[in-house]
Amino acid sequence: MQTSLIRKIIFDEKSRSLLIQTLVIGLFAIFIYLIAQQTAYNLEKRGISSGFDFLNISAGYDISIRLIPFTSEDTHLRAYFVGLLNTLMIAVCGCILATILGFIVGIIRLSSNWLFRNIAYVYVEFTRNVPVLLQIILYYSILLSLPKIKQAFPIFNTFYLSNRGLFSPSPIFKEGFSIVFYSFVIAIIFTFFLKRFLKSKQEQTGNQYPIFFINSAIIIFTPILFYYIMGMPLEFDHPVLKGFNFKGGMVIRPEFLGMLFGLSIYTAAFISETVRSGIISVSKGQREASQALGLKSSFVMRLIIIPQALRVIIPPLTSQYLNLTKNSSLGIAIGYADLVHGFGGISLNQTGRAIEIMLIVMLTYLSISLIISLSMNIYNKSVQFKGNA
Amino acid sequence: MSVIIQSLSRNKFYNWVYKNLFSSWVNTIMTIIAVIFVYEIGTFFLNWAIFNADFRTNFQGELITDRTFCSKNISPGEYGACWAIIYARWDQFMYGLYPIEETWRVNITYALLPLAIIGILFDKLPYRKLFIYFTFLFPFIAYFMLYGGPGLSTVGTNKWGGLLVTLFLGVTGIGLAFPLSILLALGRRSKMPIIKSLCVVFIEFIRGVPLITLLFTANVMLPLFLPDGVNPDNLLRALVAVTLFQSAYMAEAIRGGLQAIPKGHIEAADALGLTYWQTTRKIILPQALKIAIPPIVNTCIGLFKDTSLVLIIGLFDLLGIGRAALADMTWTKLYYEVYVFISLVFFIFCFGMSRYSLYLEKKLKTDNS
Repeated sequence: MQTSLIRKIIFDEKSRSLLIQTLVIGLFAIFIYLIAQQTAYNLEKRGISSGFDFLNISAGYDISIRLIPFTSEDTHLRAYFVGLLNTLMIAVCGCILATILGFIVGIIRLSSNWLFRNIAYVYVEFTRNVPVLLQIILYYSILLSLPKIKQAFPIFNTFYLSNRGLFSPSPIFKEGFSIVFYSFVIAIIFTFFLKRFLKSKQEQTGNQYPIFFINSAIIIFTPILFYYIMGMPLEFDHPVLKGFNFKGGMVIRPEFLGMLFGLSIYTAAFISETVRSGIISVSKGQREASQALGLKSSFVMRLIIIPQALRVIIPPLTSQYLNLTKNSSLGIAIGYADLVHGFGGISLNQTGRAIEIMLIVMLTYLSISLIISLSMNIYNKSVQFKGNA
Repeated sequence: MSVIIQSLSRNKFYNWVYKNLFSSWVNTIMTIIAVIFVYEIGTFFLNWAIFNADFRTNFQGELITDRTFCSKNISPGEYGACWAIIYARWDQFMYGLYPIEETWRVNITYALLPLAIIGILFDKLPYRKLFIYFTFLFPFIAYFMLYGGPGLSTVGTNKWGGLLVTLFLGVTGIGLAFPLSILLALGRRSKMPIIKSLCVVFIEFIRGVPLITLLFTANVMLPLFLPDGVNPDNLLRALVAVTLFQSAYMAEAIRGGLQAIPKGHIEAADALGLTYWQTTRKIILPQALKIAIPPIVNTCIGLFKDTSLVLIIGLFDLLGIGRAALADMTWTKLYYEVYVFISLVFFIFCFGMSRYSLYLEKKLKTDNS
């Protein structure tokens, strides 16, 4: 009886796996319990209190880069949101810039011109083999060595570049601008339906319409028309040098620019490689067949090559976006007030609630990562093969 | 005339130039733009870095001992880089604050490191077995040489820095993460739901958060988790974070290799009566790891670059030492020299690794076809 039980445990796969899993979960529980107890003991010994009540205490520090108003009297919770918004801002801007740059470099890498091809190759190898942190610090120090405010470098006499950032005019929306904006939105919706209508007409009659030109014209000219009808309800507040600083306008700080350049130049190198491999993956026969059908070369690219290349490009592109978002946490090295720098750094030092704060920061990054991969997966599904191919 | 064209078109060089640089007028314009671009950037950089630069002495022939002696600070606008800061800080870049009279120990370790790695990298090496034995012996030798022991004075890790810390974190992190990542990858493909979900949660959690938060956590919270007597120093805390981080990424690379193994191999092994561990060790892992080596090397390149993040938690790796050198009043403001030098060091290591990965990919392709 007993030997058969042992035999069963050792040789029967089901009961054996049950035993192993019970053991593992038991050990894991003991491990967690020991750590929790030790931590509680250590916290008590050091007189560190715990809990999330600190979120409602006033933060007591200032954040220079912010999208929502923040003063030192505001709470740590608000500091968290300021940091989160800054993280999202740099991540979104970085992803857009990196995608544009990466696609350009990726296409240049496939250029028929040997010199262009190799310039792009050198760029890719040099940027992706140097740590992104080093690049961020390097670009930041270049930005800091720009001329001082007094000798700010003017660009078209509207933007001023100095070591305190890029000063640019800020828009002032006056009454009636909302109508211009709504006309823009309506134009986009209208063009969407127009495109479907013209497409179905093309399928019925075989006549091709310049859909792209018509739609771009509608999207561009409708808001301009309404802008003049409403009496030009948009003005710009130009920065003017007064004393030691610029008055008016808005400033894009060197911390933001340094992060933006560092992240996007670094990530663009990786994106260009995925773009290149995506375009290469479309077989030569596809291009030849479409040329044999007499398609224009712009159509070949837009209708044949890119849709097929996207299938290969999207999954690695997603992981590059994730990397960029995670790398945006390096702002702490140059003082960009993102989530890790403000909330995870200064708030942590002031309140001493290391466990709670790190937990919140990590969960936030986890959720951002999850949202990016979910939305990219949805987009990925829309570009994959349809049907049972 | 036609004879000349024919003979020209037979000329390989002419053909190549025509095809790659002047095939159409657009291409010709691009070539001209590219030549101007390369010329401008190239002359600017070479003038800055070499021709107009100071190495150990300035243009007056004086030995440069602080930044006021740099040619560019004596007559601004004419001269380029001042590499004297690299010479002056060379020991720190290589060893950190390691005692000068003991640096021979680090040098020996540096010299032995290639011997320890070469056996893993090249499978057709003569006497490969001996090299592999040495690989397993190397960690003990390195520990003895670097940290000290009987016969050698102890040098605490707080004195380590520069390339030593960068290489230590990179090599040790990869070495420790490798076995862990195999277990994680196997666990993730296990049929046991609890083990599988534990591995999935671990891998996805680590991959979902930035390394810097893990470093912070290890730095701040590891002492809270551990009993009183156990208090790992800063370098060890960073190593824990780096190892866990790397193991999650490497596990995903290995999982890719595991998925590429046809199911028939496992079924055949089962039919032969091999146990799970026998199948894994003798059938699956040798094949899966071989496929997974290029992506594993890629994660290693990533990790090597990411070791620079430890400067944020106050360790002096290569970049940290560079920042410390710039904070010194005698050398301040020589940013570009320091950053370009550090970039070059990282570039050499990472570019080397990526070449190796390419070489492997090519070799594996010919092996399988």
